[in-house]
Amino acid sequence: MIMKLIIEQLSQADGPPGFETQVRNLVNEAVEPLADELRVDSLGNLIARKGRRSKVGLKIMLTAHMDEVGLIVTHIDKHGFARFIPLGPLSPYAALEGRVRFLNGARGIISAEYRSDQKKLPSFDQMFIDLGAKDAKTCPAKVGDMGVLEQQFQEIGGNLVGKALNDRVGIALLIEALRQLDEKSFETPHELFFVFSAQELIGSRGGSVAAFGIDPDISLAVDLTPSGSIPTGPRISVETGQGPAIKVRDSYMISDPKLVDWMVRTAEEKDLPYQLEVLKPGREPGNPIQLSRAGVTSGGISLPARYLNSSSEMVCYRDVEIGLLLLTALLQQPIEVS
Amino acid sequence: LSELPIQKVKGLSTEPTMKNDPSKRITRPPKISGPQIQLLERLCNACGVSGNEKEIRLIVLDQIKPYADQIEVDALGNVLAICKGSGEPRLRVMIAAHMDEVGMMITNDEGDGIFRFDVVGSINPRILAGKPVWIGSSHLPGVIGIKPIHLASSDMHQVDLSVEDMRIDVSPDRAKMVKVGDSATFAYSFTRLGPSLRAKAMDDRIGVATLIEIIRSAPANIDLLAAFTVQEEIGARGAHIAAYKLDPDIAFVLDSTPAMDLPTYHENETGDRRAENSRYNTRLGSGPAIYIADRSTISDPRLVSHLIQTGQALNIPFQLRQPGGGGTDAGAIHKQRLGIPSISVSVPGRYPHTGATIVRLKDWMNTIALVYHALERISPNTLSVER
Repeated sequence: MIMKLIIEQLSQADGPPGFETQVRNLVNEAVEPLADELRVDSLGNLIARKGRRSKVGLKIMLTAHMDEVGLIVTHIDKHGFARFIPLGPLSPYAALEGRVRFLNGARGIISAEYRSDQKKLPSFDQMFIDLGAKDAKTCPAKVGDMGVLEQQFQEIGGNLVGKALNDRVGIALLIEALRQLDEKSFETPHELFFVFSAQELIGSRGGSVAAFGIDPDISLAVDLTPSGSIPTGPRISVETGQGPAIKVRDSYMISDPKLVDWMVRTAEEKDLPYQLEVLKPGREPGNPIQLSRAGVTSGGISLPARYLNSSSEMVCYRDVEIGLLLLTALLQQPIEVS
Repeated sequence: LSELPIQKVKGLSTEPTMKNDPSKRITRPPKISGPQIQLLERLCNACGVSGNEKEIRLIVLDQIKPYADQIEVDALGNVLAICKGSGEPRLRVMIAAHMDEVGMMITNDEGDGIFRFDVVGSINPRILAGKPVWIGSSHLPGVIGIKPIHLASSDMHQVDLSVEDMRIDVSPDRAKMVKVGDSATFAYSFTRLGPSLRAKAMDDRIGVATLIEIIRSAPANIDLLAAFTVQEEIGARGAHIAAYKLDPDIAFVLDSTPAMDLPTYHENETGDRRAENSRYNTRLGSGPAIYIADRSTISDPRLVSHLIQTGQALNIPFQLRQPGGGGTDAGAIHKQRLGIPSISVSVPGRYPHTGATIVRLKDWMNTIALVYHALERISPNTLSVER
């Protein structure tokens, strides 16, 4: 239950990429009494270390990202309307007619210029934010101000619905794992680095420098993945409500196959429902955590989400609970992957 | 044909020099006058397409040798120079400016002095047709040829030109002076236009010239780690390894960014010119452009505040570059090692990545003043709060 409350609280905090302070403060408050060591680095990652490596233990980096899709103001026109560009993978569908909450507290709505074909979706260049101002001078936002799409948190049929569930759900899961470890609900032979990362949605920039500093043996990311279970949905085998997904491949990396085997084995031993996440391969430079230094054995636990990166993302709470069980089961045992 | 601006350069030296006792150094803000403008002219007229920055490197080495405590040329050709400070505690501050420029590379010899070529870095192919070029280290003159308008079919003017439609012509008797792999640049010499300066490669020779001036009057409160980088225009490759080597506490990147501040640049989809130009990026004459976010970097907010406060306190004009696309060396630097708080400052330029970029002299002066005073006022306290 407590995890659900944490998710709700985190969901209502605002943290566009590069400006995760609100989220970091909440996380910091939660993990400060639990961690052996805490630090915030220059990109804004919060890194909590916990546990000591036993003879069979490894250095494991667990990552969930603090940032969410947002926007940044590029211009205030003479009538007081703000122009903007997205920060992170915000889609024009999700943005249009949405309500904006700026980090400085200002509010506005997103609308668009008159177009010859009003049915055609406007581009971001054609959109603006109306802050109810008379002119540029009285506009409560200025160039460089950041905001996110405002949306209340709800529970609909056992599902959590709200903004920024990507990846506040992962954050709540990691906080809960850390709490259980601190309460000795389970023990681990490993030294764990809980990385609450910054700037993930714009290229895993935070994770990249965190991995360099930690130099882990193994990296596991806890994140959301698009669910295929909607009417004529995308051809993705992961479905909402069928348990957490073990990452096999996404557009940035192929998980270490031995790590995948070990995760599958553990889920089956513990009788936990699981799915396998296989997304389209990409050709981009790759996952910077996996490619850090001489390379890091990497994998991930992905929770299925409908309407990913909209302001009403939907995640099945049971999937999250089982995800937590899977993660803690994984951390309790020595890992043989090399 | 011998009016080519070939540079006289001295031999390359990587010997460390220990010429500067920082405690005895008297520093003052650099001033821009005749000699500095002449140096910028030399830098702009020199040719240094990405991957082939030697001409620029030799000028830089020659200029900074008397002022730097230590100079090194690394494996990719970056010039790394260190000016040690004397205060305690002091930050190690990296300042990067890229030596390379966008240009062309010869790819095929088609005989009779006609060559196929590719662009290096991002250049709109439409601006190439009919432009004179300098090829290779001898700055051999040529021209980018295209079918004359008299003989072209009318729909030829409607289609987008591609590099495949063009050739570089150097005339048959000189064909032997060109090799496949040679680089080429726009053959336009530096010109003073009233309050403005016009040149090719202003991006980023104006940053290089700024960094040279900063080295000449390096503030003593910091260790200045200067990086004249290579291959920025093709993915900030030089900066990536320079930042690893220098491992600084903070990085400033000096570059040039587009000014799209002409009134007719923005009209909406229906052609409505009532629309205000809301996508100017920067405006000429409004001072140095401070970056908040571009495609490659979210600037460290503490450094954004530091620059803004410096400008406000000393009455130095500045502008905020519109958050948006584009990238600088900061994209590679800030992700290096444990993460390096980084920010870029640019001199605005109209018509970048062409043979004739226009900048305002006043903007350059204000850029040097802003960067110098920001450095002079920086301390470990600047980073004492979380970003």
